[in-house]
Amino acid sequence: MPNVQDDVWITGIGLVSSLAEGAAAHWNRLSNGPQRPVIDPQRFAPYTVHPLVDIDFSKQIPKTSDQKQMERWQRIGVYAAGLALADANLSKDPALLDRTDLCIAAGNGERDLALDSRILAAIGSTGESGAYLNQELATGLRPTLYLGQLSNLLAGNISIIHKATGSSRTFKGEEMAGVSAVEDAVSRIQSGQGELFLVGGALNAERDDALLGCEVAGSLYQGPYRSVWQRREQGGGLVPGSVGAFLVLEASNHARRRGALPYARIANVVSDSTRRRAGDAAAAGARLFGRLGITPATGVLGVLSGASGVELPTSEELLFLAGLERRGFTPLIRAWGSVLGHTLEAHFVVGLALAAMAVSHDTFYPPFETSEVEHASDMRPDRILVTAFGHWRGEGLALVQSAW
Amino acid sequence: MSSVYQDSKGRPLVAVTGMGLVTSLGRGKADNWAALSQGKSGIRTISRFPTEGLRTTIAGTVDFMEVAPYSAAALSAAMALAAGSEAIEQARIGSKAAFPGPLYLATPPAEIEWPQRRALYDQAAGSERGYKRLLAAARAGNWSELQSLCQFASVAERVSGELGTRGLPVSISTACASGATAIQLGVEAIRRGDTDAALCIGTDSSVQIEALIRFSLLSALSTRNDAPEAASRPFSKERDGFVMAEGAGALVLESYQSAVARGAEILGVVRGCGEKADDYHRTRSKPDGTAIIGAIRNALLDAGAAPEEIDYVNAHGTSTPENDKMEYLSLKAVLGDHLASTPVSSNKSMIGHTLSASGAIEAVVSLLTIQNGFLPPTINYAPPDPEIPVDAVGNQGRAANVRTVLSNSFGFGGQNVSLLIAAA
Repeated sequence: MPNVQDDVWITGIGLVSSLAEGAAAHWNRLSNGPQRPVIDPQRFAPYTVHPLVDIDFSKQIPKTSDQKQMERWQRIGVYAAGLALADANLSKDPALLDRTDLCIAAGNGERDLALDSRILAAIGSTGESGAYLNQELATGLRPTLYLGQLSNLLAGNISIIHKATGSSRTFKGEEMAGVSAVEDAVSRIQSGQGELFLVGGALNAERDDALLGCEVAGSLYQGPYRSVWQRREQGGGLVPGSVGAFLVLEASNHARRRGALPYARIANVVSDSTRRRAGDAAAAGARLFGRLGITPATGVLGVLSGASGVELPTSEELLFLAGLERRGFTPLIRAWGSVLGHTLEAHFVVGLALAAMAVSHDTFYPPFETSEVEHASDMRPDRILVTAFGHWRGEGLALVQSAW
Repeated sequence: MSSVYQDSKGRPLVAVTGMGLVTSLGRGKADNWAALSQGKSGIRTISRFPTEGLRTTIAGTVDFMEVAPYSAAALSAAMALAAGSEAIEQARIGSKAAFPGPLYLATPPAEIEWPQRRALYDQAAGSERGYKRLLAAARAGNWSELQSLCQFASVAERVSGELGTRGLPVSISTACASGATAIQLGVEAIRRGDTDAALCIGTDSSVQIEALIRFSLLSALSTRNDAPEAASRPFSKERDGFVMAEGAGALVLESYQSAVARGAEILGVVRGCGEKADDYHRTRSKPDGTAIIGAIRNALLDAGAAPEEIDYVNAHGTSTPENDKMEYLSLKAVLGDHLASTPVSSNKSMIGHTLSASGAIEAVVSLLTIQNGFLPPTINYAPPDPEIPVDAVGNQGRAANVRTVLSNSFGFGGQNVSLLIAAA
C-alpha cells in the first residue's frame, strides 16, 4: 500500500526547439511578446515546419562515434535529456544516475530516404521484382540504421551517453505516448514505486518520412503560416516542429534530501481515449477536468493548450474550454503549438515544461498569437492546466501548480 | 496490516486469472502446450514474401490468422485480440466487450511497409520522385487505412476498442523485453490500487522483408535455412543466432483479493518484477553482466524472494552466441550453486524469438509449466555448449514440481526485465 504521499516535483527542464536552446532562453523568448515563430515554408513545401535551432551536439554527445550511431531525433533527445539532467544537478552524480528511471515517449525512427527513393524509382521502371528489393535492401541499408529506427533506442542512447540506468520504458502512441510516459512516472512517484525520473521525448520534424506518416492521415496543414486557432478556413492541420523536451520528475522528499529546488509540482495527470465521434473529445475533456479536482473550483486558470490545429480535436478542445467558463473558471489560453509547432510524442512534455517555468516565474505568457482565443492578462498563475488532445486519438490533462 | 491477500511488503498480491496464446505452433493454450511439451518446432521457410538472395529465409511466422488485407499492423492486432479474448474468456471477467481495467500492450514498430510504399508511389502522376512523390500521392488520395500502419496508437486502439478495456490504452516498447514490461505495468497499477484488473498483452508480427534484413545486417539471425526446425539452438555449441518469430501472449492480472471475491480460478501470481538498464552498448550487454544481474536481483528483491526459491528458469535463451553466454553468467552470479540444480530451458528453441511479444508469451508458458508440472524442453540441444553448464532440459521435456519460475527478457537498447512468477 502507498505510505506517505510524495508530491511530484519538476526539478529539471531540458528544452531545445526552433526558438531556443535551454529552459531560460525559452522563457526569455516566450515571456516577451509578440511572438515570432521560426518557420521554414520552403524546404518541405507545401508544408511548413519549425526547424531546430543550430545545436552543437558534441556539447552533450562528445564522441563522434556515438553521434554516428544515432539518427537526428535521437541526438535531439539525448541532447535535451542532458540539459534536463544538468539543470537538476544530476549530471555529475553517478549514484543518482544509476537509479534514475527513464520514461520516454517515442515514435518511429528515421529511414534512409535516399535508399527508399532509389528503390522506388528502380522498381517503378523495372516492374515487380522481390529479388531486386531484397538485393537493394540487403546491400543498401546501413547495418546500424536499425538502431536509429527502433523506438526504444532514444532511451538506450540516453543510458549510454548520460549513464541514467535505473529502469527504461518507452511509451508509444503519438501525443498519448507523452501522456503515458508522464502518467507512469507521476503514478510511481505518488505511490512510492519510484523517486527519480527522466521523462521526455524528441521529434525531428525536418524529414519527409515523418511528414508522410502524418499526411497519409491527412493531418498536415498546407498554406501560409497561421496559428493553431486560425487554420480552420484552410481545412486545419498540424505544422510539425523539431523539439527535444525532457523533465526531471522527483519525489518531493527525495528532492529535499539532496537540496534540489522545484520549478513546480505536477498535481495530477489524467487521460482517456474516445472514439472521436462528434462531441466525444470535448466531453472527455470535461470528464477528465472533473477528475483533476481543482480547488478552488472557480477563478482564473492558466491553460497551456497542446492543440494541434487539426480541425476536429482543435474545435472540440475549444468547446471544452468554453465549458470551463460555464463552470465558473476564467481560462487564459495559450497554445504553444503556434510558436513551437506540433511535436507529437514530445508535445505534452513541452507543455509541462512551459507550465513549470511560468509557475516558477509567477508570471504567465503573453498571447502566443493574435486571434480572439488568447487574451492578454497580467495574471500570476499558481495553477496551470496543460491539455493534450491527440491529433487523431487520445485526451490527456495535467495540472501544474506551485510547489510551495 | 498484512493479510493473505498482501505480499510480504504489504502490497496487494497480483493474481493471474486468464491467459491466451498465439504462436507459430498454433492458436490457443491447448494447442501450444501440446506442441511445446512434445518439443515441436514452429520454425519454417518464409512464404510470405520472396526471400531470394537473403542470408536468412526462415522464421516462425503466424500464417493461419486469416488477416485480409494482410499487413503487419493487422496481424499484430488480430493476434493480440485472439490472445486477449482467450485470456478474458478464461478469467470470466467483465461482460462482453467490457473488460474492467486498462490495457497494457507491447507492440512492434509501426511502419509503412514496402507493398504500401510502392502502392503509394504508383498512385502519383507526374514527374516527381522519391518522397516528394509519396507526399503528393498522400495529399491527393484518401489513405486513411494506411494510417494504421504508421501510427503506433492504432493497434492498441483496435484492441482496446474490441475488448472494451478502460481508459487510455498504453502502448509500450522495451524492444525484446516489451512483453515483460507490459506485465510489469499491470502489476504496478494493481499494487497502487489504481485498478483491480489489467489486461497485459505482447504482440509481434515483425516478419517483414525490411525487418528481416535489418536483423540480418546486425548478424543476429540464424542462417541455418536448410533445416528450419533445427535452426534455433539455445545453449548449444553450434547456435548461430536467433530465429525471428511472431505471436502474442496475454494475461489477465487481478488483485488476488478481488479475484477471490468474485470466485475466479487463480492460475498463479506475479510475485516480482525487476528492471535494469544497461549503458554499455546498443546491442550488447556489459561484459560483466551487471545490468542483467541487476534485473534478476531486482525481481527477487521486489518479490522478497531468495534465489534458492527459484525452481526453474524460463530463459530469454535467444540462441545467439552472446545472449546465451551472458544469461548463463548472470544466472550463475545470482543463483550461485543453486543454478546446478535449477533447470533452465528456452521456449525460443521451438517458437523462435517473438521479439516484443516474447516476454508475455513466455510468462504464459511459465504458468503452464507450473500448472502442468512439466518442463518444456530446449530442443536442438546438441552438442551442449561446455561453457554453459546448465540443465537445459535438453531435447526432452520432463515432469517436475515447479512453484516458482524466473522468466527473463532482454532487449536491444540495454533493456532487461525479469519476472518472478509463482503458483497460486
